[in-house]
Amino acid sequence: MKRVQFSSYFTQYFFIAPQLAIILIFLYLPIVQTFRDAFTIQDAFGFGRYFSGLDNFTFVLSDPNYITALKFTLIFIFVITLFSCSIGLLLAVQANNVIHGKSAYKTLLIWPYAIAPAVVGVTANYFFSERLGILYNFFNGLWGFDWYDNVYDAYIYVFIAASWKQISANFIFFLAGLQNIQKSIIEASIIDCKSSFRRFWTITFPLLMPTTFFLIIINITYSFFDTLGIIDTTTIGAPSGETKTLVYKAYIDGFKGLDLGSAGAQSIIMMLIVLVITVFQFRFIEGKIHYN
Amino acid sequence: MSRIFRITVSHSILIWGVLLMIVPLWLVFASSTHSNSFIYNEGMQWKIGGEFFDNYDRVLNRKGGFTKEITASGIFYNSFIMAFGIASLSVFVSMMAAYSLVYFKTRFSTLFFWLIFVTLLVPLELRILPSYQIVSDLNLLNSYAGLILPLSASAIATFFFRQYYRSIPEELLEAAKLDGANSWKFFIDFLVPLSKTMIAAMFIFMFVYGYNQYLWPLIMTTSEKYWTVVMGLKMIYGGNSVDRYTYVILSLIPPVIIIVFLQRLFIQGLFQSK
Repeated sequence: MKRVQFSSYFTQYFFIAPQLAIILIFLYLPIVQTFRDAFTIQDAFGFGRYFSGLDNFTFVLSDPNYITALKFTLIFIFVITLFSCSIGLLLAVQANNVIHGKSAYKTLLIWPYAIAPAVVGVTANYFFSERLGILYNFFNGLWGFDWYDNVYDAYIYVFIAASWKQISANFIFFLAGLQNIQKSIIEASIIDCKSSFRRFWTITFPLLMPTTFFLIIINITYSFFDTLGIIDTTTIGAPSGETKTLVYKAYIDGFKGLDLGSAGAQSIIMMLIVLVITVFQFRFIEGKIHYN
Repeated sequence: MSRIFRITVSHSILIWGVLLMIVPLWLVFASSTHSNSFIYNEGMQWKIGGEFFDNYDRVLNRKGGFTKEITASGIFYNSFIMAFGIASLSVFVSMMAAYSLVYFKTRFSTLFFWLIFVTLLVPLELRILPSYQIVSDLNLLNSYAGLILPLSASAIATFFFRQYYRSIPEELLEAAKLDGANSWKFFIDFLVPLSKTMIAAMFIFMFVYGYNQYLWPLIMTTSEKYWTVVMGLKMIYGGNSVDRYTYVILSLIPPVIIIVFLQRLFIQGLFQSK
């Protein structure tokens, strides 16, 4: 914090008031309602609301479909983060190496960042549709690919769609991270170590850790929340709900099924998951990173 | 020798990367310039066909939906208003909030800080049903205000402005105070002009974020007059393949143009705060 500051209550409140007003009405009020929904049961005709303790939570957690969605979400987060981070890093390292055409490569690799997840999903749909889909026919020729029936084929479909979109974001941040590394460190390491491969893993990669840490959080949030648009335009959970993420399931149960109690409980479980992931990262991963 | 070899490897990896990004959308674009019966029989095309103007004109101006009240151009207009509203409002609100957080120290500063940053943990997707309820109670369903307001208090933008203000040397405020600037003057005459790049970067970031919203417009626009690009995606599921390809290409043009042309500002702003 800065030492020199103003100390006028009125101006301070005046400047923060708009943001606080918006978050109180559109964030805190809904959160309070979510808690109310999660701990109560509404009767079928909407006449009454009864406190039900943890009933909604036990109902959600004992549902085998919920466990399926939980497992899928964890695999989904892991695969997307791994794939899009490594391809993004690979491309950023190469773009940092070349002298000619650097800005052209940059532009051509950055633009998919701007495409909406739902549009990516619809596009992926063209490639994986049964009749005209190029990738569908290609994989089908290889091993009888059929995502309408086979769980793992459906996984491949959504993994490809969701990772493709996220490569650009990872590329942008890794490239910026690489350009921030001091030239003198790299020059010194060239004298000490001939193999560029070893140099990367022992010098450059550790220096990139702050960027990697930041990107892991970004990718987890992306695969957790933003992919709803992709799922809803690709498999819609097919086959039989095996590719529903937790967020997608909460949306379907709440909006299509109109089960407010279950949707509320699911939201709170997800808030807890996000909280645990965030705390875990700050305590265990960030502690091992050296910022310079 | 080995240096030339390394550079060649770098270039070929980059070219593969670029192809990976471009080929899928090229196929969609090329296919959108053929007639529907041709695509129906032959599948997606690599080469550009002769129906470009016909297809794009038809998709942009044909009235669609159930009541035939909305055209694709109307849909893009709505999305543009929504994105522009979210971007301007959130930049404005976040700048002010960050100023209040960094330059004022009173009893409630810590409380305000936590009230704002806890919201990072609860994105719209987690509070979608109650948000819908509240917006409907406020009579804001099917309105631009309802599309914009719930998405325009961005903790991320506030965070970026806060980091940036904290990196501004204290001497600036000392000097301004010596010259007799009060808290309003300091904000308007010093901070706003200084944060131009940051403002541009956050505006671009929030514009793309707003334009690409999926779930919120989907559930809260029941009237076709307020449909955004996303509802259009759902609507064209019924149409023929070529119309769908054309619509997808049209829908990604606005945000892509903004990112490609304002790339430098965007990246400068994002990384100057570190």
